[in-house]
Amino acid sequence: MITFLSTIGHSVIATLTKTGRGALFLKQTLSYTFSVLCQPRLISKQLFSVGVLTILIITISGLFVGMVLGLQGYYILSDFGAEETLGVMIAASLVRELGPVVSALLFAGRAGSSLTAEIGLMKATEQLSGMEMMAVDPIQRIVCPRFLAGCLSMPLLAAIFSMVGILGGQLVGVSLLGVDEGAFWSQMQSSIDFYDDILNGVIKSVVFGFVVTWISLFEGYDAIPTSEGVSRATTRTVVYSSFAILGMDFILTALMFGDI
Amino acid sequence: MQNPKSLETLVGLFVVIGIGALFFLGLNVSNLASYSDTDGYTITARFENSGGLKVRSPVSVAGVRIGRVTAIDFDNTSYESVVQMKIGAQYNTLPDDSSASIFTAGLLGEQYIGLQTGASEDYLTHNSELELTQSAIVLEEIIGQFLFSEKEN
Repeated sequence: MITFLSTIGHSVIATLTKTGRGALFLKQTLSYTFSVLCQPRLISKQLFSVGVLTILIITISGLFVGMVLGLQGYYILSDFGAEETLGVMIAASLVRELGPVVSALLFAGRAGSSLTAEIGLMKATEQLSGMEMMAVDPIQRIVCPRFLAGCLSMPLLAAIFSMVGILGGQLVGVSLLGVDEGAFWSQMQSSIDFYDDILNGVIKSVVFGFVVTWISLFEGYDAIPTSEGVSRATTRTVVYSSFAILGMDFILTALMFGDI
Repeated sequence: MQNPKSLETLVGLFVVIGIGALFFLGLNVSNLASYSDTDGYTITARFENSGGLKVRSPVSVAGVRIGRVTAIDFDNTSYESVVQMKIGAQYNTLPDDSSASIFTAGLLGEQYIGLQTGASEDYLTHNSELELTQSAIVLEEIIGQFLFSEKEN
């Protein structure tokens, strides 16, 4: 019984201290924001590895998600003779939910895991300690540019995802299934509100980018510096990021679209 | 990796595509383009019942959209619905005895305000009020009336 209680206590304390370390880590990272912003070269290099290399997977997934939405939506809507609202359905579901959420999940899998592995390996091979020896703060030099690049590229990637998805839906709906093109776009334009739908989607994607980059950088920085520790940290990044994205999505949706 | 020049080009391309996608969403997918009619004048109309009219519902004359509803309020003393609408600045020759009605686009479509032009020599100006109004047609009321008259016959 005592051992059972102490196991619970141990895991609670471990979780709490880890959360605390994570918060301190975030605070340190954010405190370097301005000094890193003065060195745009550092950020642009990270924008390449975090953002540019993720475009391909985002574009392809967005295209297929949009095309599937077009097909499924058409079959349901045609039962009610409301095929013209296909555009609204595709655009609303992409801009509000699927764009930010799916691209954040892909982002966690593609960019987040590589960030964790990179930093964890730097720690395992004592590059971070080496930097500290040379009086270079690894958080300023390594972590903060990656963090900013992640926060910047996530909304852009989500916007690309939604755009490609809508075009894919148009490809299936208009070109393949014969929905009227004018009705497709005009109904979409009259139903999707810029502030309520698109801006809220952008806010969601910024939040997801923040959380995913934070989790992946912290897991890498906090990893046990062995090859096994790094591989576990990478797994944890993807798992925790996915949990965080889906959980935060519910909260954000309730705050933005629910009339509470 | 590539040399720094092409890296920067690719990053620049990424940012441009991303921002371009945001613009695409803003202008082509959403109603942002129709927000642009900022200059114009406001007129009000009182309705007994404004039905399913919403803020940003269209205001049209002869089937052409000339403005949008900007506010719908309830008058505490006359128990009427006070609808404010903004008319585009170029439509400044509407007679001041025009009347406003609330119509439904299609059987189940959204509701909009249709203006019927009058014959007055004077034009509507900023803050003028339309005197002649016709309330929204509430489908349930019509069905109710129809059933009632059937019974009497």
